[in-house]
Amino acid sequence: MNIFVLMKKTFDTEEKIQINGGVIEEDGAEFIINPYDEYAIEEAIKIRDDHGGEVTVVTVGNEESEKQLRTALAMGADKAVLINTEDDLEESDQYSTVRILEAYFEDQEVDIILAGNVAIDKASGQVGPRLADKLDIPYVTTITNLEIDGDTANIVRDVEGDEEKIETSLPLLVTCQQGLNEPRYPSLPGIMKAKKKPLEELEIDDLDLDEDDVEAKTETVEVFLPPEKEAGKVLEGETDDQVKELVSLLKSEAKVL
Amino acid sequence: MTKLLAFAELKDGEIRNVSYETISAARQIDEGAEVVAIVFGNQNVEDAAKQMIQYGADRAVTVTDDKLEHYTSDGYTQAAMAVIDQEDPDGLVMGHTSAGKDLAPRIASKLDSGLISDITGIEGDQFVRPIYSGKAFEKKSIKDGKTFVTIRPNNIAPLDQDESRSGDVSALDVDIQDLRTIIKDVIRKASDGVDLSEANIVVAGGRGVKSSEGFEPLYEMADVLGAAVGASRGACDAGYCDYSLQIGQTGKVVTPDLYIACGISGAIQHLAGMSNSKVIVAINKDPEANIFNVADYGIVGDLFDVVPKLTEELKALQVN
Repeated sequence: MNIFVLMKKTFDTEEKIQINGGVIEEDGAEFIINPYDEYAIEEAIKIRDDHGGEVTVVTVGNEESEKQLRTALAMGADKAVLINTEDDLEESDQYSTVRILEAYFEDQEVDIILAGNVAIDKASGQVGPRLADKLDIPYVTTITNLEIDGDTANIVRDVEGDEEKIETSLPLLVTCQQGLNEPRYPSLPGIMKAKKKPLEELEIDDLDLDEDDVEAKTETVEVFLPPEKEAGKVLEGETDDQVKELVSLLKSEAKVL
Repeated sequence: MTKLLAFAELKDGEIRNVSYETISAARQIDEGAEVVAIVFGNQNVEDAAKQMIQYGADRAVTVTDDKLEHYTSDGYTQAAMAVIDQEDPDGLVMGHTSAGKDLAPRIASKLDSGLISDITGIEGDQFVRPIYSGKAFEKKSIKDGKTFVTIRPNNIAPLDQDESRSGDVSALDVDIQDLRTIIKDVIRKASDGVDLSEANIVVAGGRGVKSSEGFEPLYEMADVLGAAVGASRGACDAGYCDYSLQIGQTGKVVTPDLYIACGISGAIQHLAGMSNSKVIVAINKDPEANIFNVADYGIVGDLFDVVPKLTEELKALQVN
């Protein structure tokens, strides 16, 4: 099977966000594999181990994305592809990213593509469904279980807490939700092996695209931090009094009751 | 005149609140626009269309088909593209719900348009959306193509209902076919009560709730308040409640008017799901708990002592 994973690097969850010159300051920040993409990598490895084939992890990013790609290879993926847009794109959006991925996948034989259901940085959740549409293959989002039998896929998907059981067929794109699996940590031998695994680097020229083809349809006008919250009021006294005071504050000060 | 489509979402034939919010969002994008509600389903479609008009839409287009009973990407895309072909709108507004998240990117792809997802505010032609789990915000605008946005439920207030308001409701015949994903079964796990992502008040429990029985006082308080019950990942991982209740980075994102956190320490992943709530109350034994840093009001104490007393006080308030 030809198994592909769409991966993105994101800020570490614990990272504090700072703005410098109108953009999010990335210098010195720790980057990780987007947590939902980790589920996708883990599931891809399991599919390969059960059905044979090869796992290719694809990222649209910059030179620094190599670190997360090596981590994915250390987890057990076979090949990595970095589409480096650093020199070509000043501002891109999901439309741009999908144009690039579409061009990459034109030359690939695909059985299944797995992605995170959302990235925890910009959180648009658009790339998976948009790419499936461009490739004209079915997609299922926020999956929590996947069984493949021949060309048939039986899937459980999370719909705001309810479960939908879905039958569909390959080739297919899925986006992964928490609960699908427990992503493994790279092992030491895995990390050693990863250094020798193939990592192909492409630029948009290599995909017969130029900057105009991938020009964003949306633009970011401003980035800002939420207003600092004033310290809250911790109530004092006996529980009975605290509770009375709280209800009165919620009613007359906060006006939410 | 600008024409904007507002997508109504039905669940089991019932219209979801976020549907009304798409209409007021469309009015905020362009006050003078013609707002056309689009309603898909297999039952109560015409009633829902009339409701959309009462909440401010000018008219409505419906597609009724048994294949539209449950949301599927293929079925809803066919219906949506048929309406878009007929109406040629300048923009679309959908809820950032499970269905909206699944459908909107595909429609945007078909239209080769941009899409600004999960917006919480509209300022002229700029759209405000939280990024980095609510730790920052960005304002985005459309450079080229249709104005297409999905709105986070509970952030853009709906217009007042006007029962005397009327408008044209027209049915569009669409031959829905070749669904590539077949829904075999739907297992309801989310509670029958108030929809968590649309609730005005949320009562949430964490590890401090200690057991599944420990959630009972929270449910009693939620009943009195007409609130939905949620949970932290800690409480879900410990097996005190179903994952369908989870609020946070990997769960639901909620922005109620009032969020009452009971026995929740306030890990950053949890804050990602609730820190934009309008008013936050924290009840926790540990005065150092991080949740107090985001709370507007805090009570340091045992939730099993505080919550029942609070419930009694709230009941008393309602009687008066």
